[in-house]
Amino acid sequence: MSSRRSRSRQSGGARISDDQINDLVSKLQQLLPEIRNSRRSDKVSAATVLQETCNYIRSLHREVDDLSERLSELLATTDSAQAAVIRSLLSQ
Amino acid sequence: MKKTLKLYLLTMTNITTTGVTLNIKSCRTKFAHRFVRSLLQIRNHAPPSSSSSSEEKLIQKRRQRIKIAAYLSMAHAVGPRMNWSRALLFKLRNRACRHRKKKRIVVIRRKTKKASRSSQGSVPVDQAKKLRRLVPGAKSMDLCSLLEETAHYITCLSTQIKVMQALADHLSK
Repeated sequence: MSSRRSRSRQSGGARISDDQINDLVSKLQQLLPEIRNSRRSDKVSAATVLQETCNYIRSLHREVDDLSERLSELLATTDSAQAAVIRSLLSQ
Repeated sequence: MKKTLKLYLLTMTNITTTGVTLNIKSCRTKFAHRFVRSLLQIRNHAPPSSSSSSEEKLIQKRRQRIKIAAYLSMAHAVGPRMNWSRALLFKLRNRACRHRKKKRIVVIRRKTKKASRSSQGSVPVDQAKKLRRLVPGAKSMDLCSLLEETAHYITCLSTQIKVMQALADHLSK
């Protein structure tokens, strides 16, 4: 099976440069609420970004857990009228 | 209320992460559709209250099903273009099958190039290792893909959470 996703970087066989890595790390940093706003004045190390990323993913997983629990409890009390409303969301 | 939820689920937002233009709108809509459908299925599948298992047990069981449905719906919404969604689909499908009967196992061979040590640059190897454990399918990625896929995964997870949140708020009204 051939790779469905090809990247010019890889097909060229070129080495991944440190610049590219740094670029990706800073883009990742933009997604992290904890350290998103720290400007260039105090540069965050790649290790910190990765550490924060791990923490953030864990917290997101926890949030999915909590919301699943909440939805499960809510489903128990949902009457058919509410279910119909939800169903109507699908028909558009 | 219904209208605002609809609007929310369909709001157009395009954001760009790591060079991959992520169409959040289509992702969110696809996810919402699939997830809502699964929720309704889960609701209808509920055994009659006379069953021997207690209410608490039922909620826990359903919680697990909702959780899996949420991850599965998101992986489906993203499709096979990302490594993480492929890995997640594979993992969750196998998990679902294990309960019913043993199914043939398809081995997916992924073309991956190992990044050379020197290209690891400023990223410490052990931190990357920790990250690999959290992102689905990341075990065999080079560092560049790992960072790209992580960014994508995070964005999708937060979209997933926002939709779940909106649904929960909607239901508790």
